[in-house]
Amino acid sequence: MSSLGAMESSDGIEVRGLVREFKNGPRAVDGIDLQVSPGEIYGFLGPNGAGKSTTVLILTTLLPPTAGAARVAGHDIVREGPAVRAAIGAALQEAALDPLLTGRDHMRLQTTLQGLPRGERRARGDELLERVGLLDAADRKVGGYSGGMKRRLDLALALVHRPRILFLDEPTTGLDPQSRAELWQEVARLARDEGVTVFLTTQYLEEADVLADRIGIIDHGRIVATGTPEALKAEIGRPSLELVPAQPEDRERVAGVLARFGSHTAAPPGAAAVRLDGGAEALADVVRALDAEGLAVSDFQLHAPTLDDVFLARTGRKMDTEEPTTAEHQVAAA
Amino acid sequence: MSAAPLRVQIGELARRSITQTLRQPALIVPPIFFPLMLVAVNSSGLQAATNIPGFPTDNYVDFAIAVAFIQGSLFAMINAGSALARDVETGFLRRLAMTPMQRPALLLGHLSGVLLVALGSSLIYLVAGWIAGMHLAAGPGGVLALLALAMLIALGFAAIGALVGLRSGSGEAVQGFFPLFFVLLFLSSSSLPRPLIEHEWFRTIATYNPISYLIEGIRSFIIDGWDGEALALGFGFAIAIAVLALAGASQALRTRLVRT
Repeated sequence: MSSLGAMESSDGIEVRGLVREFKNGPRAVDGIDLQVSPGEIYGFLGPNGAGKSTTVLILTTLLPPTAGAARVAGHDIVREGPAVRAAIGAALQEAALDPLLTGRDHMRLQTTLQGLPRGERRARGDELLERVGLLDAADRKVGGYSGGMKRRLDLALALVHRPRILFLDEPTTGLDPQSRAELWQEVARLARDEGVTVFLTTQYLEEADVLADRIGIIDHGRIVATGTPEALKAEIGRPSLELVPAQPEDRERVAGVLARFGSHTAAPPGAAAVRLDGGAEALADVVRALDAEGLAVSDFQLHAPTLDDVFLARTGRKMDTEEPTTAEHQVAAA
Repeated sequence: MSAAPLRVQIGELARRSITQTLRQPALIVPPIFFPLMLVAVNSSGLQAATNIPGFPTDNYVDFAIAVAFIQGSLFAMINAGSALARDVETGFLRRLAMTPMQRPALLLGHLSGVLLVALGSSLIYLVAGWIAGMHLAAGPGGVLALLALAMLIALGFAAIGALVGLRSGSGEAVQGFFPLFFVLLFLSSSSLPRPLIEHEWFRTIATYNPISYLIEGIRSFIIDGWDGEALALGFGFAIAIAVLALAGASQALRTRLVRT
């Protein structure tokens, strides 16, 4: 295992050369380095199977690493497992709840196992249930809860012992937009008002963009980009322009015109897109060029760079596809 | 914040186990009524067997009621195994692993809850037996000893269920074990005393089948009073099964509940 110096702060996460290799399988985590500062929301972004959940399991002490080292809340994850667990809370990928127990039963069990004094258990449980909006449903069996309610209870259970670091593994997967927004609000409040460090894995670009102070993009077990969302998008720099010709047979001609203003980029079927070399200022020239060629368009969109563009630039793939693609390939396919 | 003492952890997990059971009538009704129904059917149909020379009692209920305790233990096996398998399947075990819970607390908590249900069922078997004319030769002190043996047997079978549930992580796998043990129950001295079993192959299997000695241990309280040999064999096999199954279940939990 590689060595790791003591972290300056006890509320952060520091990872060096972390590896997890499964028997007869690929390296799910392939030598990652990362640092999360106290009070920061760190978004760990990547497609399915990229290694996000394996990393979380290792950092929460539920899976020993094959190599590398990590300190969480100032404690070594291998040698000081109990101390790490005492400092962290975690809501793992599936909301692990007992469908036969009520929300209040869950709170009672969690507060007891976490060692809260008997006199505080009920009050702490109710406080958290109220905070996540489940007090009215506290005595209902969890089997009858909606997906959003289960996620909120999962979050509340992770907070019972007032952890300094919170691990959330794809906390909003499968939730409706309203439930997702409510959870985002609570996570942001925890970091802002209580100074909780949040390590959040997600496959939703928007989630990482909205919530995270800094982002690490992971692909095939390796971190391919890291930085603030703004800095990562600024690396891409130029906006992209996407056009849908009024006549579908004109798509190649439209693509030809666009090629004069920058390099082709991924576009949906029937459309053509280009990363504008001259930025948004080139828009007027594009319109004039299309007009000169007698080409009409039915839809016209100017996109600022997104984290998806960052992922594409770093991996050659879109977040939602496993196949390597290039802009040219996509344009040709369209 | 310091971790809760082990007894508090066990108590809370036992409470959960009992709550789970009470909220599933399907886990309470069959362990009580199915064994009693079988005793009723066998007693009415096989009463004539008491006329066979050498049959130890003239009331077949006295002979048959012991089987109910073993059947109740088989239900304890299914309940304990299914509950733990569900915890593996739902990821609840990982939630518990994130707390300062000690491993023995999970196993003992689950088993305590299951045993409480088994104790309730056993008391109902005894009351039903008395109503049907059962006579307990061991007297009032025998009630406690019989319940102790019944609980030991239930513990052993529940631990087997826990072992299978934790190893497989599948409720279906646990359910799949039930028929196997049910066959073993019938290939024992459940219907006739071993010396009276006519077919040699059946008698041989019943002799090597530990379940025969568990049944005979319980039966001895009812028919014989305090039979040292039957009780030594009954308690001996019950303890051996419980110890082996608990060791296996603990190992399975250690493998399943990985944490640094």
